[in-house]
Amino acid sequence: MTDPSPPTPDSRPPEPALTPPPAQLDTSFARKPRVAANKSRRRDIPQGLWTKCPECGEMVFDKELEEQLKTCPHCQFHFPLCARKRIESLAKPGSFEEIDAHMTSVDTLEFTGTDSYAAKLEKHKSRTGLCDAVITGFCRMGAHRVALGVMDFNFLGGSMGSVVGEKITRLIEAATLQRIPLIIISSSGGARMYEGMFSLMQLAKTSAAIAYHGRSKSPYISVLTHPTTAGVMASYASLGDLIISEPKAMIGFAGPRVIKDTTQAELPKGFQTAEFLADRGLIDAIVPRRQMRERLTEYLDYLCAAPAAKKTA
Amino acid sequence: MKHLLDFEKPITDLQQKLAGLREQTAARQLDVDFDEDIRRMEAEIEKKKKEFYANLTPWQRVQLARHPKRPYSLDYIARSFTGFSELRGDRLYSDDRAIVAGFARLGDHRVMVVGTQKGRDTKENILRNFGCAHPEGYRKALRLMGLADRFNLPIITLIDTAGADPGIGAEERHIAKAIAVNLREMALFKVPIISMVIGEGGSGGAIGIGVSDRVLILENAYYSVISPEGCASILWKDRTAAPKAAAALKITARDLLELGLVDEVIEEPLGGAHNDHDGIAQSVRTALLRNLESLLKVDPELRVRQRYEKFRRMGKFNEGAAPGAPAAAAVSPAG
Ligand SMILES: [Zn+2]
Repeated sequence: MTDPSPPTPDSRPPEPALTPPPAQLDTSFARKPRVAANKSRRRDIPQGLWTKCPECGEMVFDKELEEQLKTCPHCQFHFPLCARKRIESLAKPGSFEEIDAHMTSVDTLEFTGTDSYAAKLEKHKSRTGLCDAVITGFCRMGAHRVALGVMDFNFLGGSMGSVVGEKITRLIEAATLQRIPLIIISSSGGARMYEGMFSLMQLAKTSAAIAYHGRSKSPYISVLTHPTTAGVMASYASLGDLIISEPKAMIGFAGPRVIKDTTQAELPKGFQTAEFLADRGLIDAIVPRRQMRERLTEYLDYLCAAPAAKKTA
Repeated sequence: MKHLLDFEKPITDLQQKLAGLREQTAARQLDVDFDEDIRRMEAEIEKKKKEFYANLTPWQRVQLARHPKRPYSLDYIARSFTGFSELRGDRLYSDDRAIVAGFARLGDHRVMVVGTQKGRDTKENILRNFGCAHPEGYRKALRLMGLADRFNLPIITLIDTAGADPGIGAEERHIAKAIAVNLREMALFKVPIISMVIGEGGSGGAIGIGVSDRVLILENAYYSVISPEGCASILWKDRTAAPKAAAALKITARDLLELGLVDEVIEEPLGGAHNDHDGIAQSVRTALLRNLESLLKVDPELRVRQRYEKFRRMGKFNEGAAPGAPAAAAVSPAG
């Protein structure tokens, strides 16, 4: 389980050094459950939906996969988890209050590549049911009220444009003003190319907001999930008081192909995985998804005075 | 002599014609009428040049921004500043020569100057890693900007990089984190900070020293979230589509000024900064001084708040039909 082998090739995040996901990534990354070919198995289990684990090759029953928070029961491989499910897995049931739920991106540059940005946005909205690549809000975790932001890689590769930058910044600012802990679960290919320099400026905006949150003496825990790279990694994802990662998540700045092309060198084994970076001092702890809520709550218990002990003014 | 680029051929053709005419005049001692022709032709060339360089495509400007004779940070440090005294090292691992930093004087002001530095030839480019900084460069910059903040020296940063180093060592020593920390800390420094994009503003590598009260940019410099080539290879799977990408990304100085993402564009000598190093250095000095003096009049607390608000405002989005959404005019925590 600690073998730091890199993620499977087709789950690799976007190429460019600092930016956004290639257009096809959103489709290749998410593994769609497939109906198993084996008919006798289908009869045994009426639901009949199986997914092949890309790590160990075992067929995993989808219901079980859901119950295990999309981790392989055989090898612990972490499948992508959408933001809504992630929130469900972390927040006290019924406690999540979403903010800025309807904020949407604007095609300010009238960006047209092979497809217009506006068309891409529409496609991803209908496909994911999300307005953009992050959900933000407040919830309870154990005894703590927490500002929680969760990115979703399915929406344009979790890329950060104005909406992600603004929602994350508002969340950080709210946490600062309310003096409550902040947890951001990242999953992103980087800054969103289609918004040009507006996207790059979100790095400065979110990092500046973190600077003030740090002064408020409430903790910020950054959780890195597969993959967290480029612009998001070069801003708030790297700035946690604690930096936690899921196992084998790919984490880095430049894309591996860019690095390979530039350096013409063989990349070290496990390069840019959570384990590789934990060994090199970036990550406080690698926490499997099914222990995440418990561990985050434990950290908050250490970092935040329990509400009972707090003196009221 | 002036290192002309391919797209400048119409201008070179005219200049060659003029040179030919001059030669003829000199050789044959022709009469006054010919002088008249030469003058007319000179005027015409001047007019054509102005028109030509005013209407460059974004990709042509990228070529100028990368021009091998373009002045680099140290050229400005030598010409726009005086008394540069270099300070080196990140006190953690090494000294990254892709970033230069040190004390200098700008007019009568003592400042800290920090800049990404490209090499002029192969040997220097190896030393400078082609202006692509490693984590150590960003940490050196942070260390010295922090020093400047403690001892009340305004900070000037000069940006000219294709991007931060995309290499194995950079990843192993956490280049993304190094940039992120700079973004966070630059937001808090009490001293005035001015950045000037003098050539290439390559994404995270550029903004890593670019969170400033004023962001100035030279006329032919560019500042982009991704290189035009990188964008082209994603969108069209073809790096040679870079000219199209350069236009789509809106990365020229004028575009960025219109979008409100930079504060001021500094005009370059006709044909680009490389045609007159002293001239452009003078313009840079004047612009830096003017901005510094106006920033020094602002109360430091207010200046830091305004810096926060400046970046806070950047971004275009639709609030959406959120019933009972909190008012947008929430108090900023920088207040
Ligand atoms: Zn498995």
